Amino acid sequence: MTESAHSPETAVMPAARPSGGRRTRGERIWRALRKAPPSAWFGIVVIGIYLVVAIFAHWIAPYSETALVGGAYEPWGEQFLLGTDQLGRDMLSRLIYGARNTVGIAFVTTLLSFAVGGVLGLIAAVSGGWIDQVLGRMIDVLMAIPQLIFALVLLSILGSSVVNLILIIALLDSTRVFRLSRSVSQGVVVMDYVEAARLRGEKLPWIMGREILPNIMPPLVAEFGLRFCFVFLTIAALSFLGLGIQPPTADWGSMVRDNAALITYGDITPLLPAGAIALLTVSVNFVVDWFLHKASGLRE
Amino acid sequence: MNPVVRTVLQRLGLGIATLFVVSIIISMTIAMLPGDFASSILGQSATPETVAAFQREVGLDRSPVSRYIDWIGGIAHGDFGESYASAGSLAGHRREVAEMIEPRLLNTLFLAGAAALIAVPLALILGVLAALYRNTLFDRVVNIVTLSSISSPEFFLAYILIMFLAVKFPIFVSLANVSPDMSLLDKLYAIALPTFTLVLVILAHMMRMTRAAIINLLASPYIEMGRLKGARPMQIILRHALPNAWAPIANVIAINLAYLVVGVVVVEVVFTYPGIGQLMVDAVSKRDLPVVQGCALVFAATYILLNLLADIVTIISNPRLLHPR
Repeated sequence: MTESAHSPETAVMPAARPSGGRRTRGERIWRALRKAPPSAWFGIVVIGIYLVVAIFAHWIAPYSETALVGGAYEPWGEQFLLGTDQLGRDMLSRLIYGARNTVGIAFVTTLLSFAVGGVLGLIAAVSGGWIDQVLGRMIDVLMAIPQLIFALVLLSILGSSVVNLILIIALLDSTRVFRLSRSVSQGVVVMDYVEAARLRGEKLPWIMGREILPNIMPPLVAEFGLRFCFVFLTIAALSFLGLGIQPPTADWGSMVRDNAALITYGDITPLLPAGAIALLTVSVNFVVDWFLHKASGLRE
Repeated sequence: MNPVVRTVLQRLGLGIATLFVVSIIISMTIAMLPGDFASSILGQSATPETVAAFQREVGLDRSPVSRYIDWIGGIAHGDFGESYASAGSLAGHRREVAEMIEPRLLNTLFLAGAAALIAVPLALILGVLAALYRNTLFDRVVNIVTLSSISSPEFFLAYILIMFLAVKFPIFVSLANVSPDMSLLDKLYAIALPTFTLVLVILAHMMRMTRAAIINLLASPYIEMGRLKGARPMQIILRHALPNAWAPIANVIAINLAYLVVGVVVVEVVFTYPGIGQLMVDAVSKRDLPVVQGCALVFAATYILLNLLADIVTIISNPRLLHPR
């Protein structure tokens, strides 16, 4: 299956392929991007900006995230572009560091939940039998409890710290990943090439990693975006409730909570971190929408 | 036996079994308590004797099984135990968890009910309209607005509403204080903003699913038949498509009502509404475990019940099961 069979325009643009062979991965990605709708472009650009801000927070932010640099609740101005918070810390700097802390923690949590849920789902699909049954029933019960409520129970017992937060949310979210990874790999497990690998005597990790995983990547990648949004919103909600990321770490959810009093005076500053959360989730959703559309289009 | 009755009974049994296992999990989580818990509740100055007395009172010295049987047995009689905030104090009045939960649960159900009463009809109407005028400007605007409201944290929506409807244009109040002696109208006025927030939170998903369920059916031959007969688009959707779309729509409505129960936690905190969600958040930060467990059980039971309802509605509205060959 070559790409030229699908796109007639390649015939008139042979110069785009100097080697004459298949396009490199980079070229293919660039071609797909060029045809992406504006909403997807918007999403990609926003995610890119967030990444740059998160990685270079230390150099971009005018002040440190924890330093008291002025009076409490100073208005927007020359020295403090977005004013200061309830303790006199620079709002802009905390917003910038928040990109690193809030997004970073949500990202690590999602990675962990995919590692746990994805691997367990693969194991359940490949081995079948009682392992599949036991895992499936356990996950069913875990999913019967609303995630936020379960997280609250566990946090009240273990206490709130970043490590506990990551572990608890990752564990609860891995149930959803398990369901998806199990159901998509079940479609692949019955394929002849998996059977062939089994008859060759390959071990379970090899079958999972080399035969099945590459074939279930597209739905998993899309799910990663959606799960990230969900984890991100859950952590933001918990931090907003005062039970997630603890002070003095700059975090968008708790920043909204701490400065909420300003809203009653008509000051929009507390809405900025909340808006930053919403903008990122909307952007990821746009990109995932487009990706799903592409992935389903390619399968036809 | 009729297959519908049999499937419904199966689901009911499964739901009760799930609730049972969930109650075990909620009770077992106490076993994960870190060792220094008693001293962190009683303060650093607590003597070993007070700590031991506290642990006996809480039941930490007994086996998990007997603790669970006591707990679940009490709940069967409507006794959720006593709040830690009062345990350990020698005289003082004891606060029963059940007493704390009951009035707040009623408040929460009132708020969630008001939100559901507005959101469900609105979602159906908007969904049908979006399906009718699909791929038009109206559809696209609704699509982008709903996608953004799904992706926003609840507190963002809540504060935007406060900003515009309580601060810039003081139409409503931002503190949703209700007390039992208020008239219904006063209560409804007080909860206007939290209700709007919850409506926005659940509206989007229900509306999108309604639209998708109807559009999904529009390719069916009987829709084409209706169109060839010359029926008007509105009539095709209301008379031909909608009746067949009820199953997925009812399902998504029930799931969203279940979600509402959880979404209410954050909204209650924003508007300082005296509901069970705020009670639970307070209890978590005080690590008042009996209250946390009681609230969690109530939340989980409501959630499981509504999901069960979703299952049953889907089964009942499936014509293939209703008319077995």
